[in-house]
Amino acid sequence: MSTSMSNSSKQKPGLLGQLADFFDDRTGYRKLVNELLFERVPGGARWRYVWGSTLVFAFMTQAITGLVLWSSYSAGAQSAWESVFFIQHEMTGGWLLRGIHHVMAQAMVVLLALHLMQVVIDGAYRAPREVNFWLGLVLMMLVLGMALTGYLLPWDQKGYWATRVATNLAGLVPLLGPSIQQVIIGGPDYGHHTLTRFFAIHAGFLPATLVIMLVVHLSLFRKHGLCARQPIVRSDGMFWPDQVLKDAVACLAVMAVVLGVILLPALQAMLAGRPIVPGELGAELGAPADPSQPYAAARPEWYFLFLFQFLKVFEGWGASGEFLGAIVVPGVVMAMMFLMPIIGRWNLGHRFNIAFTLALLVGIGLLTGMALNEDYCALWVNKSSLAEAENLLKKTEGDPVKLSAALGGNQAQIIAMQKQFKKLEAIRNSESFLAAATQAQMDGERAIELAGRPERIPPSGALELVRSDAKSQGPRLFAQHCSSCHAYVDPQDAKASEQLAKASAANLYGFGTAAWMRGLLDPAEVAGPAYFGNTAHSDDDMVSFVTQDLTDRDTWKLEDIEAVVVAMSAESGLRPQQTAADAKATEAALIAKGRALVSDVERCGSCHTFHDNGTKLGSAPDITGWGSRSWLVGIITDPTHKQFYGDTNDRMPSFGKADPGSVPILSTQQIELVVDWLRGDWYRPAVSKAAR
Amino acid sequence: MSKQSAKNLLVRLPTTEAEPGQRRAFLAKAAAIVCGGLATLTPLAAGVWMFLDPLRRRAATASFLPVTTTTSVPDDGVPRQFAVVSDRIDAWTGFAAEPIGAVYLCRQQGAAEVQALSATCPHAGCFVQIEADENCFRCPCHNSKFTFAGSMVAPSPSPRAMDALECRLEKNGTITVKWETFYTGVAGKVTRP
Repeated sequence: MSTSMSNSSKQKPGLLGQLADFFDDRTGYRKLVNELLFERVPGGARWRYVWGSTLVFAFMTQAITGLVLWSSYSAGAQSAWESVFFIQHEMTGGWLLRGIHHVMAQAMVVLLALHLMQVVIDGAYRAPREVNFWLGLVLMMLVLGMALTGYLLPWDQKGYWATRVATNLAGLVPLLGPSIQQVIIGGPDYGHHTLTRFFAIHAGFLPATLVIMLVVHLSLFRKHGLCARQPIVRSDGMFWPDQVLKDAVACLAVMAVVLGVILLPALQAMLAGRPIVPGELGAELGAPADPSQPYAAARPEWYFLFLFQFLKVFEGWGASGEFLGAIVVPGVVMAMMFLMPIIGRWNLGHRFNIAFTLALLVGIGLLTGMALNEDYCALWVNKSSLAEAENLLKKTEGDPVKLSAALGGNQAQIIAMQKQFKKLEAIRNSESFLAAATQAQMDGERAIELAGRPERIPPSGALELVRSDAKSQGPRLFAQHCSSCHAYVDPQDAKASEQLAKASAANLYGFGTAAWMRGLLDPAEVAGPAYFGNTAHSDDDMVSFVTQDLTDRDTWKLEDIEAVVVAMSAESGLRPQQTAADAKATEAALIAKGRALVSDVERCGSCHTFHDNGTKLGSAPDITGWGSRSWLVGIITDPTHKQFYGDTNDRMPSFGKADPGSVPILSTQQIELVVDWLRGDWYRPAVSKAAR
Repeated sequence: MSKQSAKNLLVRLPTTEAEPGQRRAFLAKAAAIVCGGLATLTPLAAGVWMFLDPLRRRAATASFLPVTTTTSVPDDGVPRQFAVVSDRIDAWTGFAAEPIGAVYLCRQQGAAEVQALSATCPHAGCFVQIEADENCFRCPCHNSKFTFAGSMVAPSPSPRAMDALECRLEKNGTITVKWETFYTGVAGKVTRP
């Protein structure tokens, strides 16, 4: 060895060697690398020392992926969601990069907890390392700050609502709170400047501070040396390669776990024989942020769930409770952690610190578990065991007096039953959360489908696309304004009769189709709950016409009725896909025959205006273009118009008509959304994403 | 280069190194480099993969876009500037009927056909303007001069004459121009992909 060494040093170094010498003479970099690598590890390399290195690695990963994401991200209320959509679904490898950034952020929080635990258990905060421990705590807060600010950047419903809560909590700080909040969100309301600021904080202020702190943290770590696990029984090792190997293996393991989390759904899809859609892997992207649309599934990222749950402890305390839960208690906990090096000086202090840290982690774990249980318990609690309680709750409506009477005053039973009522309520809450989460996922998927249209996103942003989408907005508007009377249920559905019984107006499922018209002209159905049964028209002319005139086979042959059915369905001009099920519905000759029958002033035309049959308006709705877009918009706008029911209109409000100076119940756009939804007129991708 | 001298690039190795365990140490070093390298390369590779995405993007194929009608281009031999309007997709945003560039249209006296010139200077891509006093085009950036027919007026920093665009006169009187852009700074007129 020594000979080869002396030989090589005698030889004139090669070109690269000369270059290296040149730079070493001027920078002394060899000494620096030497110092970095050849550090003594007392007691030899150990796995327990890897956590700090994995955190540096995680941060480096975030810096690399973050910078590249930055190169394609656009912080603005009409471009943030859109650019993230583009990264996730259109750019090569965007899903992977964003996935790594998203999952590594979560891994970093876990690694922080592990690093902190190791430092506390090993007493590595004690003299002379106190300052470095404090620096570590500051680094932890910086990382959590980046996690919090990064959550908003996609500007989807999830991040938007979670951030509203977080920034509102910041407003609880005494005196300065409201000002802090306003500065952070960039004004009195959320918008462009919230995003530009959060982005600057997330990608500028915090990481820059973190890098400075990290350099000091690492140099102090080197200054004091590694805090070895006592007692030292093995011989010392070297940082390079002994500890570096363990660190590298740990970093690789972290990366493998991150990739595993990203790719697991792909593996599942592959095993199930489903196509793999890269855009669906990695980080999720919800529907674009909409301050006008409630978001019941709003939750912070899982590592902040404990704080979310902790705040519930103070429910009912009012604003002071929130202040206590969100500011005071976390502040006291942080203060305790900062005091650890001081407390650790006393004999029992170190043990206290360990106990405190463990208790804190257990507490966080418990709170997280409670939060998850509250949200998801409906998935695992067997509801059938609570059937009796459910019946009793329905009967007594939760009234304690009625409950006591029902149970014969048995106090033990009453208490047991009240416990079960609570359980039921918890399940109900969980069910509504799960429903909201499902709705949120559907909305997100639909928004992504819309953004993928060949025409792309309008300059006004994806939110406008979503708001003008009949498929997602129609059901909401229907539920809000129509479903208190009208049913919307497939008659073939198992629960159809149950839902129809509740309705007090016609079932609008498939309105405009031949099947719907066939039901209307069916004597057995016309006065049933799916048509006029539960309305003021239940014994009207139309009902008696269908039950009496139409059953007279001399005037109305069955094929005549069928011709009327297809002619009326043709009036609606539904998409061919909807009418395709009825082969006859597109037969031109049959339609023509039906039209003549409808038009005939001796038949339908005796009451109904139909095209140019000359029947005067007023006795029955004009059925020209029945079920078409304009016909439906017309009847919803004003059913009392003489073109429709006139003064025989039952209870239906004129949704689009307003007295001068006031606003109608629904805007024209909203009415059109309901109509388009009823008619199944909405954007459908030519090729489904999966097939691509 | 020997292994030893390769190491010397980074560090000056301690002259005494324990002989036993050297093989083990070598394996440890190799393993550390491989593991650390793989871990680090993953985000780097993902980053490079996405960063190079623009290379995959192609401009919309050149097509004839309506610019104006013949009545707006009198046959006086004087060029007039018109905006070229087209639907445009910019990453995630779709713009409907947006001005995407400008052309000069010119009709000689008594002529039916119209000449179209791209307003982009072939020298460095600035916007060429009409110099009404001198009856010529002038680029404000480096003073390239062109005649109203688009040919160079020497001396000129421009390597070629103004880029003519294919132009069609539709039956209804609409003038359409085949919208193309060309590489600047080179003598040949080469269409950008």
